[in-house]
Amino acid sequence: MTPLLEVENLRVSFPTPRGPVEVVRGISFTLGRERLGIVGESGSGKSMTGRAILRLVRPPGRVAADRLSFDGLDLRSQSEGEMRRLRGARISMIMQDPKYSLNPVMTVGEQIAEAVRAHARMSRRALRQRVRDMLEAVRIEAPDRVAKLYPHEVSGGMGQRIMIAMMLIPEPDLLIADEPTSALDVSVRAQVLDLIDDLIKRRGMGLILISHDLDLVARYCDRILVMKEGEIVESCPAQNLGAATHPYTRALLAAAPRLDETRAELPVLDRSAA
Amino acid sequence: MTLDLSRPTLRDWLLADSPASRTQARLGRAYRASLALLRNPLAVLGALIILALLVLALIAPLIATDPIAQDLPNRLQPPSGAHWMGTDELGRDIYARVIYGTRITLEIVVLVAILAAPLGLVIGAVSGYFGGWADRVLMGLTDIFLSMPKLILALAFTAALGPGIEHAIIAIAISSWPGYARIARAETLTIRRAEYVAAVELQGASALRVIWGHILPLLTSSLIIRVTLDMAGIILTAAGLGFIGLGAQPPAPEWGAMISRGRSFILDQWWVATMPGFAIVIVSLGFCFLGDGLRDVLDPRSAERR
Amino acid sequence: MAFEPETAIVATLDEVASARRQRVPGLRILFGVGLFLLTLALTFIGLLAITFFIGRVVPIDPVVAAVGDRASKAVYEAAKAAMGLDRPLPVQFAAYVGDVLRGNFGVSVSTGRPVAEDLARVFPATLEMATLGILIGVALGVPMGVTAATRQGGPVDQVIRVVGLLGYSVPAFWLGLVGLALFYARWKLVAGPGRVDIAYDGLVGQHTGLILVDSLIEGNTDVFFNALRHLTLPAAILGFYSLAYIARMTRSFMLEQLAQEYVTTARVKGLPERLVVWRHAFRPILVPLITVIGLSYAGLLEGSVMIETIFSWPGIGNYLTVALLNADMNAVLGATLVIGAVFVLINKGSDALYRLVDPRAR
Repeated sequence: MTPLLEVENLRVSFPTPRGPVEVVRGISFTLGRERLGIVGESGSGKSMTGRAILRLVRPPGRVAADRLSFDGLDLRSQSEGEMRRLRGARISMIMQDPKYSLNPVMTVGEQIAEAVRAHARMSRRALRQRVRDMLEAVRIEAPDRVAKLYPHEVSGGMGQRIMIAMMLIPEPDLLIADEPTSALDVSVRAQVLDLIDDLIKRRGMGLILISHDLDLVARYCDRILVMKEGEIVESCPAQNLGAATHPYTRALLAAAPRLDETRAELPVLDRSAA
Repeated sequence: MTLDLSRPTLRDWLLADSPASRTQARLGRAYRASLALLRNPLAVLGALIILALLVLALIAPLIATDPIAQDLPNRLQPPSGAHWMGTDELGRDIYARVIYGTRITLEIVVLVAILAAPLGLVIGAVSGYFGGWADRVLMGLTDIFLSMPKLILALAFTAALGPGIEHAIIAIAISSWPGYARIARAETLTIRRAEYVAAVELQGASALRVIWGHILPLLTSSLIIRVTLDMAGIILTAAGLGFIGLGAQPPAPEWGAMISRGRSFILDQWWVATMPGFAIVIVSLGFCFLGDGLRDVLDPRSAERR
Repeated sequence: MAFEPETAIVATLDEVASARRQRVPGLRILFGVGLFLLTLALTFIGLLAITFFIGRVVPIDPVVAAVGDRASKAVYEAAKAAMGLDRPLPVQFAAYVGDVLRGNFGVSVSTGRPVAEDLARVFPATLEMATLGILIGVALGVPMGVTAATRQGGPVDQVIRVVGLLGYSVPAFWLGLVGLALFYARWKLVAGPGRVDIAYDGLVGQHTGLILVDSLIEGNTDVFFNALRHLTLPAAILGFYSLAYIARMTRSFMLEQLAQEYVTTARVKGLPERLVVWRHAFRPILVPLITVIGLSYAGLLEGSVMIETIFSWPGIGNYLTVALLNADMNAVLGATLVIGAVFVLINKGSDALYRLVDPRAR
């Protein structure tokens, strides 16, 4: 069986007055129907990796790779129209902050329905039913009422569940979740992540969870990639994280506070560690 | 990591990420801005046009004959080798008049900028810095002026003051300061809350000192953009006043007034009205191109929007 | 001419943004309406103060203008008292406001009729031309702005940018002259100056004052088409200025929108680019665009001053210029006041509309 996603030597660069700057510098990984976590500090290139897979890096950014294939399809050679048929329907992405990622002047229902209609024709009634089912699947009570609301009328946690509904309703094979909880209240983070976890397991999808939070990724993923300055510095199964060898990963682990904390002061990341 | 021992070039020094001195930071910023400006062909074109305007105004006597000298036997001659743009109804050389017209245009533009920009700047900065009643009164006044059509306001003022180029300049200045005041206030409000302003205030600096030393310098770049973009409007308004007969008075070679004279001959001697019109369009476009380019380069808000 | 109300828009957007943050209906709305009427009233008083200032305080002495500069001291003083000019300025101002509120702008020296009557007669001609102009401006300017934004930096964007900047750089009176010389005199594509040919003048009665509407009411298609041929060129020129402004503003609004996260969301969903642009990026700017169109419409009233002079168009702009040249201050101030008032009304009105239409502000 071919893996869901194969990435080889992926590079993303942006031009600056002093020549191009690479934000992703030749990373490679493969993904099956499993949960992969990508961790790194901000600016490590993890978000750009997600967007590069969807071919949504805006110009003047440039993407290059030796291999970028999804379910046997070469993403590099797809036309814009073919990419469009893949986006949403087969690869989807949950973005960071529902406050900015939901359209402020369209109702929630319209925006979810649109994600289905972009890929399938169906009657108005079937569509409404499907939206209702999906909203229930993301555990929203009174889905008919919520569907008529505008994004500014819902809370952050509910906004993110709406985002999940919108991205999962066309039943994609791969979900990229780019910092799906970092804009949310701590109290609702676990709920949202449990929801994503539950839905992708039930549907047998692949997941790429992008986050700066090592603990969170360790809890929800099977495998972990640690990125630093555009490169993968560590790749290991989640349960072996404690045994990670790379000094950067060790430093990240050490910088996380523990419940049974005995240290008087948390160590600060030593950025000179190469 | 290896240590780079090669000597840094001037370019590297200018483009340094962490400048070591204020001068280096300033020069670096100017260098980066001019690099970006040079990549914008329209902005370069605009700068060249304005440069040409300055040079032509300066050397007018060297390249053109007397703009007021009449030559009645040669009236209304079409463009030729002797008269590149033809002659007008009094036999005056239109080319010479257009060239000398650059001086009048430059005078108007410079004087309006000198009168209106500092006035708007100070009113806006004071209004934004002090807030409260000062702000309400000053901005109320500004908004009233802003809500009135500029050209009509200028027309009414010139009508009241009487025709003449000085009056036209005053009238245009009166109708242009409110725009600058608005911008200056908006920017002052954002700067006002900055930590470093609070730091200066804690050291006991007077309001005057804070505004003069720490707020006004930061307002200049957006004001320069604004004034440059406004120049076209100022030139058009001045030409309009000249056209109606309220601006520069004959025989001054003012472009708007020249078009007005050529109006009667537009069907048979098209060059009389058309030539000064092209001059107005080219100079105004020059300011627009440069202003547009400057805004793209200097205004961080629009730069972020790519 | 100088259609440059960009700063006004910046202010408007800031205000709306702050209004959006306060989301308590009922009392807020009532408060908002009250505040709106108050600022409107204050702006009008300011407008009156400026025209009053121009009319009474500046060098031309209205008494000398009335009695001539050779009148004796006694005659001068008598005339001054009769005109109420011996009273303190605030009292004069109050009287002036009272007059204006009663619709009394004084008598025009050049036409010999009350200024208010003159204005009512000429205003529809300007309205007709400006309305056709704004329709042209919106129909062309909005698609141009959207296209430029979606192709930012490309050749199409550059061309649209230059066209837009030409709208800020070409004198309206000159464009009118050149237009007449080419389209009317040389190619005979349109009719010349005036609202209709002399042969058709006065053939239809005044119902609305808009000749296109009046001729249709009376079923006179000859007059209708003749008037349309006269209207085309001046309206197209006004349309050019408004499209330049509208296209530039649309472009900058769209660029801001296209960089929004929810536009990326729309792309992630796999929507075709057409829907991404028009549904997700364009729909949110509809509301600020209304303000821009309103401002542009008001700007056309201003632009009509020059155009009407060139096209001998019997509108308010022409009336104003004639009055200016005759130092007919009553007429100048009356016309200034009316144009200013319409300007303010459109300005503030589109602002209010903004708040009504935007779901975030409701």
